[in-house]
Amino acid sequence: MAEVSLRRIVKAYEGDVQAVKGINLEIADHEFVVLVGPSGCGKSTTLRMIAGLEEITAGDIAIGGTVVNDIPPRDRDIAMVFQNYALYPHMSVYDNMAFGLTLRKFPKAEIDKRVKEAARILDITPLLERKPKALSGGQRQRVAMGRAIVRDPKVFLFDEPLSNLDAKLRVQMRTEIKKVHQTVNTTTIYVTHDQVEAMTLADRVVVMNHGIIEQVGPPQELYHNPATKFVAGFIGSPAMNFIPARLEETSGALRLMLPDGATLNVPEARVARYRSHAGKPVLFGIRPEHLTDDKPTDKTNPAPLTLTPEVIEPMGMETLAHFRIDGAEVSARLDPATPAAVGQPLRLIAHMDQMHIIDPTNDKVL
Amino acid sequence: MSATTASRDVPGIYHKAGSLRSERRWAMWWAYVSLIVAAIIFLAPPFYMLLTSFKTNAEIADHSLNPWWIRAPTIEHYAAILSNPIFIRFFINSVIVTGCVVVLTMVISVLAAFALARMRFWGSQVLATGVFLTYLVPDTLLFIPLYQIVGGLGLLNSIWGLVLVYPTLTVPFCTWIMIGYFASIPKELDEAALIDGANWMQMLMKIFVPVAMPGIIAATIFAFTVSWAAFVYPTAFVTTAEQMPLTIGVVSQLVRGDTFAWGQIMAGALMAALPPVIIYAFLMDYYIAGLTAGATKG
Amino acid sequence: MAADGSLAVSAASGTGRASSLERFARRRSTIAFLMTLPLLVVVIGLVGYPAAYGIYLSTLNRRMTGFMEGDWLPTGLGNFEILFDSDTFWMVVWQSCIFAISAVLLKALIGFWLAHMLHHIPTKGQRKWRGMLLVPWVIPPALSTLGWWWMFDPSYSSINWILNIFAVPAVPWLGEPWWARASVIIVNVWYGAPFFMIMYLAALKSVPEQLYEAAAIDGATSWQRLRYVTLPMMANIISITVLFSLIVTFANYDIVRVLTNGGPRDLTHVFASYAFQVGILSSNIPRGAAVSLFMFPILAVCAFFVLRGVTRRNKEQM
Repeated sequence: MAEVSLRRIVKAYEGDVQAVKGINLEIADHEFVVLVGPSGCGKSTTLRMIAGLEEITAGDIAIGGTVVNDIPPRDRDIAMVFQNYALYPHMSVYDNMAFGLTLRKFPKAEIDKRVKEAARILDITPLLERKPKALSGGQRQRVAMGRAIVRDPKVFLFDEPLSNLDAKLRVQMRTEIKKVHQTVNTTTIYVTHDQVEAMTLADRVVVMNHGIIEQVGPPQELYHNPATKFVAGFIGSPAMNFIPARLEETSGALRLMLPDGATLNVPEARVARYRSHAGKPVLFGIRPEHLTDDKPTDKTNPAPLTLTPEVIEPMGMETLAHFRIDGAEVSARLDPATPAAVGQPLRLIAHMDQMHIIDPTNDKVL
Repeated sequence: MSATTASRDVPGIYHKAGSLRSERRWAMWWAYVSLIVAAIIFLAPPFYMLLTSFKTNAEIADHSLNPWWIRAPTIEHYAAILSNPIFIRFFINSVIVTGCVVVLTMVISVLAAFALARMRFWGSQVLATGVFLTYLVPDTLLFIPLYQIVGGLGLLNSIWGLVLVYPTLTVPFCTWIMIGYFASIPKELDEAALIDGANWMQMLMKIFVPVAMPGIIAATIFAFTVSWAAFVYPTAFVTTAEQMPLTIGVVSQLVRGDTFAWGQIMAGALMAALPPVIIYAFLMDYYIAGLTAGATKG
Repeated sequence: MAADGSLAVSAASGTGRASSLERFARRRSTIAFLMTLPLLVVVIGLVGYPAAYGIYLSTLNRRMTGFMEGDWLPTGLGNFEILFDSDTFWMVVWQSCIFAISAVLLKALIGFWLAHMLHHIPTKGQRKWRGMLLVPWVIPPALSTLGWWWMFDPSYSSINWILNIFAVPAVPWLGEPWWARASVIIVNVWYGAPFFMIMYLAALKSVPEQLYEAAAIDGATSWQRLRYVTLPMMANIISITVLFSLIVTFANYDIVRVLTNGGPRDLTHVFASYAFQVGILSSNIPRGAAVSLFMFPILAVCAFFVLRGVTRRNKEQM
């Protein structure tokens, strides 16, 4: 087990296309770190560079204090779980898990002990003699993890391991992965494009976009204090609303002027933070869960807003309403009991203590 | 109103369905007729060879009899062929040549296909294309220069000369289809093996060869049938009966003079054709996979 | 200070990496090269070198003591000049083209027809029929041609016997030039049609069933489905198979050798059998090499288009 550090990692392909543009990341021992981002953001490339499957164009990768740039994958003491599991189709589950140890010339008894132990942890003991073809998706996933566990490596690498599973199984395997990590406690780097997976699994989430790291932090921090517009929009579902607005200062208080004429009062606690942008166009960010129907109990800085829904989506536990403010799509989460109808103006409350202001010139959250 | 539309529509639908069914029945009938006719024509020559091989010489020579029937079956031609030491010699020669060529071919093409499919290196793309082009070079284009080359090596009239040149017939195609099979193995599998600690050779022998087994069987069948049936090279390079493989041996040694021993020729030809036919009968799916792989894989 | 330190480290490891990465790449290339070496030996030693040597041979005189003199062509091209002046050679060119083109056309049509018929019948019967219909392709052609030779025998022809039943006069299969040509084509078609059938059947099976269903719902008749769905989907494999077969048929040797051996009166010779006769049997190696070389241009054209088709197909599949 070991810490992993990435120092100014660059990956460039022919034609000067940079997939990863000089990222720095320190991962502590035993930590579970999730790299998340849209496809093509460089997260998989980063993982594959750590694994040694891709050459590094510039920078250093160190595992357990040793720079591993020139060390081939087999000597980096890592294990990897692939998106399509990459189980050897001609080998039994047992042989799949034993393969890495056999190549490393472990004694038979030791291999047997480790495989059986991993099978017990993953609850696949009855499957050991089967071929991968005879396994379900979830079972293959477990075998792939077993293959990583038996090696007892310094670092586990997961490359979108759940994206081939159906929704229900994905939730189940997510818990499973978390449990395994709690048991074996190995440093883990996990790549996914699914922000829910990132939020639920990670000690720390690394949000990547266009080959750079947008923000690193614990899941709650990313949700509450996103650093950039990208992170704000990426974390959380449905995504945060961004409404073009103007900050106006009148006698010490700040007000947000929305393009449809509505004005919202900025809470006093935030005034100091935003004052420098008074008089400038900004983006007003608010999550759908903080834009709710008008209930008298909600007292924390309520800012009333009247909008006309274009689409109503009843979800059961809540109802999503979609509006349009001057071309910007806005959604709100309503109580399912609220009588909402398309075309009927609806009175909403914006929870301004959860608001964000984004500087449109550099997409930073203020 | 609605009743009249209904009564007008319903017969129409029935009529349509009826014609659809009869159309389908016609198509099926046509299909079977065509297939039966084709099967008769395709199977007639081997069937006639079989008939002739069981006829006595007298029956073969009798003009008045139906040639498509047999009256007094005999195995004398087979007995004569099998007790003829030169025929046994042909058979042994064929087995040696084919065996060596198949082993050589598979070693050469599996190694090369692995390198070309997985280890990108300078010129690998060009070489892969080159391999395909060599496959398109027919044996009759180069047999004269090869005759000189083999002669220069002192290997004319020797089965080893054949072992030397047959790979030109087998290696390009086998390499080409093995490239296709290897390329269809997911990249993650070798990455997993790489992380598991395998080197290139272990990756080839422990992962690629077992996973691509169907392709290897198909390529082996191809190499076998091609070297067994090769005709141009042995005809050109071997003139002493002692060193002839079966195909050319049957054609040149059993067909002699003016009095053709048709019964024996047919018996010999059928026995010579037996090994590829047996392989085909038992491994038809692999055989066909190999046949169609050239254009659909790689 | 930290910045300075890390800079120094990365600069140092930068140079170190370059060399070791190069070493790694070089080692992988070396292994790859060693693995492809036997293949290179075969391709260069047994195809490339003989091809070049063949060109050289074709410029020599009969005893191979010097270049072949020519009357109106420069020295070295004398063999070609003699061929150009020879009626037999032009006959061979003519016969090769008739033979290859008509045989390939027939094979393609019959193969397509049979593949289509096979595709029509229920799936569980297909295997059995396919197995039977591929038999001609499985028997080594030199041997099955012996059977045909016997069936074409002038006095014992079993085909003529059947024709007699229908009151058709006996056909001089191998005795008359045109019948001999037809016989060679018949045997070649018999041998090669199953290959086309298998290729087309594989292609037919790869057309998604939904396309036909969509076309049927769009109102296409079965002919229109063939014309607008099947043929475009198969165009590539059809052209690859036809061109490939054109190469093989054009260069065919064994059927002609066994069936007619060029006769009657050298009228059924194709390039390969004529080259064999001139080069090996009459021991005029340079002349024979020159005859073989005449196959090269048409083979090269076919090969170019096959390669283009295969590349295009691969791209589509990716």
